[in-house]
Amino acid sequence: MRTIEQSEQQPVVRVTPTMAEVPSETSSSVLETRDLAVYYGQFRAVREVNLIIRQSEITAFIGPSGCGKSTVLRCFNRMNDLIPGARVEGTVTYRGIDMYGKDADASEVRRRVGMVFQKPNPFPKSIWENVAYGPKSNGLRKKGELNDIVEKALRGAALWDEVKDRLKASGLSLSGGQQQRLCIARAIAVEPEVVLMDEPCSSLDPIATARIEELMQEIKQQYTILIVTHNMQQAARVSDRVAFFTTEVSQDGDRRTGIMVEFGRTAKIFSNPVDERTEQYVTGRFG
Amino acid sequence: MFIERIARGVLGSAAALSVITTILIVFSLLEPTVEFFGEVSPKEFFTTTKWAPLFRPARFGVWPIVVGTLWVSLIAILVALPAGLGAAFYLSEYARPGVRKVIKPILELLAGVPTIVFGFFALTFINPELVKRFWPVGNVGAYSALGAGLVTGLMILPIVASLSEDAMAAVPQSLRHGAFALGSSRREVCTKVVFPAAISGIVAATVLAVSRAVGETMIAVLASGQQANLSKNPGLGMQTMTGFIGAAGSGDVATGTIGYKTIFAVGSLLFAVTFALNVLSIRIVRRFRQVYE
Amino acid sequence: MSSQTLIDPSDDVSMSLASNLAPTRRLRDGLFRVLLFASIGLALGALAVLLLRTWFDGKGAVNLKLLENQPSERPQRAGIQSGIWGSLWVTGFCSLLSLPLGVATAVYLEEFARKGRWYNHLIEVNIQNLAAVPSIVYGILGLAFIARGPLDWGPTVATAGLILALVVLPTVIIASREAIRAVPGSLRAGSMALGATRWQTVRKQVLPAAAPGIATGSILAVSRAIGETAPLLLLGGLTFLTKNPSGLDDRYTTVPLLAFNYATSPRAELREVAAAAIIVLMLVLLCLNGAAILIRNKFQRRW
Repeated sequence: MRTIEQSEQQPVVRVTPTMAEVPSETSSSVLETRDLAVYYGQFRAVREVNLIIRQSEITAFIGPSGCGKSTVLRCFNRMNDLIPGARVEGTVTYRGIDMYGKDADASEVRRRVGMVFQKPNPFPKSIWENVAYGPKSNGLRKKGELNDIVEKALRGAALWDEVKDRLKASGLSLSGGQQQRLCIARAIAVEPEVVLMDEPCSSLDPIATARIEELMQEIKQQYTILIVTHNMQQAARVSDRVAFFTTEVSQDGDRRTGIMVEFGRTAKIFSNPVDERTEQYVTGRFG
Repeated sequence: MFIERIARGVLGSAAALSVITTILIVFSLLEPTVEFFGEVSPKEFFTTTKWAPLFRPARFGVWPIVVGTLWVSLIAILVALPAGLGAAFYLSEYARPGVRKVIKPILELLAGVPTIVFGFFALTFINPELVKRFWPVGNVGAYSALGAGLVTGLMILPIVASLSEDAMAAVPQSLRHGAFALGSSRREVCTKVVFPAAISGIVAATVLAVSRAVGETMIAVLASGQQANLSKNPGLGMQTMTGFIGAAGSGDVATGTIGYKTIFAVGSLLFAVTFALNVLSIRIVRRFRQVYE
Repeated sequence: MSSQTLIDPSDDVSMSLASNLAPTRRLRDGLFRVLLFASIGLALGALAVLLLRTWFDGKGAVNLKLLENQPSERPQRAGIQSGIWGSLWVTGFCSLLSLPLGVATAVYLEEFARKGRWYNHLIEVNIQNLAAVPSIVYGILGLAFIARGPLDWGPTVATAGLILALVVLPTVIIASREAIRAVPGSLRAGSMALGATRWQTVRKQVLPAAAPGIATGSILAVSRAIGETAPLLLLGGLTFLTKNPSGLDDRYTTVPLLAFNYATSPRAELREVAAAAIIVLMLVLLCLNGAAILIRNKFQRRW
């Protein structure tokens, strides 16, 4: 184990004491992967990922571009199934159940594990219709019930006050930050256990970004969150645990395969990482 | 550059020719139609129900052939719309690339079959083997609006399919992914996201297809019927507007006679209807085109 | 990495990822899929029935005699020679008129027309409308102005060729425009940067690059002209003629017109000849479309 001389390098990111609240070690695991590898055709995009995602925590994936963070994220709600030629090896489990097993239904997985995308993608329908889409699909028909769910979800996404008077307006009439919160409301309307976020703030301005980070802290108790981000500071600000990914030259030599280098509490990763590559990344020497 | 200007002039003239064609069409129809309505009252044309312009005594109630056209077009779109939409959904949302590569050219093949071939098929197979044999109502002869309608539906199916598929392809993938991520099945993505988003293109395609069905001649001439028969039973033979024009126009009709002018009057009506449908189709796309940003 | 999963007992998450939704939802998924398959099946099946039925109806009469004989009331002697020559003459004249005119219009609209001008917009809208006008209306136009009326060319090859040219002109224009539009702007920019004029650029760079697409579009337009029957009915195209045309001012018949005649004949044996004529027609169209696809695949450059 390599110790880092504290006097050598000041970490670029300071982890403030309040964020270093140590989550309970006994919080239950929600998602796990073991030796997860993803192939696109013959190309191995990412290999040997071993992770435990714990309940009511925010886990961040960080690392340079192209190291498979989004690919791994998509394994958790089987969205890679939609990519022709994509193949998953190893195991991904949800509360102990194999997500890719014979008996597992992809739609059911996605109901438990929701997703917010990089670019907001509200449906070209009204705000109400967007949020009610999930519950309606699940069979809820009563207007009263749906109204309650829509309000709850919009409140949960910190959007209710801004749109409560214009629920019938098109979802596309909102600003970028509002659209993303609408997508979050839409995702939490079905009450998933986990919400995956793939660089949710990368197309938003700093103020909208701050709002969403605030939101993440508010909802993490109820929804376990997994976020992919290019923004190290963001990871340090919001997450409880961090997984650092990088690339290495692949088997056939001409492309790069993603690997997970280190996984641990945010405070540790940023102030005292185990692996040299992690240290180089978080101190800004590369990436 | 002198050559430049000549080139531009020549090319511009070529383009202008298309405008001249439209003007000529309108004029060719206009004068004899006006003369027609000088001799036959619009009231008789539009409100009476016996059509026998080439007989003696001549009758000019246009409804029988309009209803004939309506029957054929209605049956055609009842066939082409569900099947065409289904084909479009399949190609756009379900089919693997390899399957798509095989099926699309076959649909293009269907689109390229000349209408005389369809007409022959309707006359020699659909009418005798299907309609005559299985249609329970009435005394079905060699001709039927139903048979002509079914085959016309087959003819316009590729129009509905390919234009609808274009509309579906314009729906961004991110919307589909958003719906999948909420746990929707592929069917739900089709019906709840793709279809509503593509609806204006689909409706425009349908209107265009109806316009084609209304204007179709050879199938109507061969299989729909020679007699202007106003009826509620599509299994019977009925003449359509195009059928009348085709039959009357290919006979020996002397220029300037009332029979000759009738061809133009019905032609004007046909042109007016198809023109209105075409304009409607374009308007629908323009006004209701889905904006995704 | 420890894989202990400490499950919080207050969780009541169901321990299965199997679909626990109403079975009707899965049923509807399956039903939907079946309906889609049925749609494709209907289209392909109907096409197959049409082709097979026509083949079986007519194959007995498909032989060289069919092509050598002139039309006749007697089934053993019935052929389509006059129709073949008539189709060649009419389609030839039609192509002669429509292809240069259509490509020229496309070139004008894509390369020379200033987009904002009202007259150019009018031309564009106009072409869209003309593409959707029923072909029989073109026949009426021909009847009024060309066959009779001011030009009074009579029921001749020239009349037929001219009217069919108008029918397929929008197709040529639209297909050529797409081909020209597909040529990247960088090609034009490069040429003009070297000092070439617009026309020179078009002639030397754009047209050669767009040629495969234009050729494909032209072949499709010609295919349409070959099969077109309705306008010719009004223009005096004969459905029964035993002579080949020898000039633009001759009367004519075409293969589809002969097929029409044979199909509506009271003598049932002649139906076989009609089917045979249609088989010949379809084979010709198949070859033409095959050629178009070949050109597209072989010469079409991916920019």
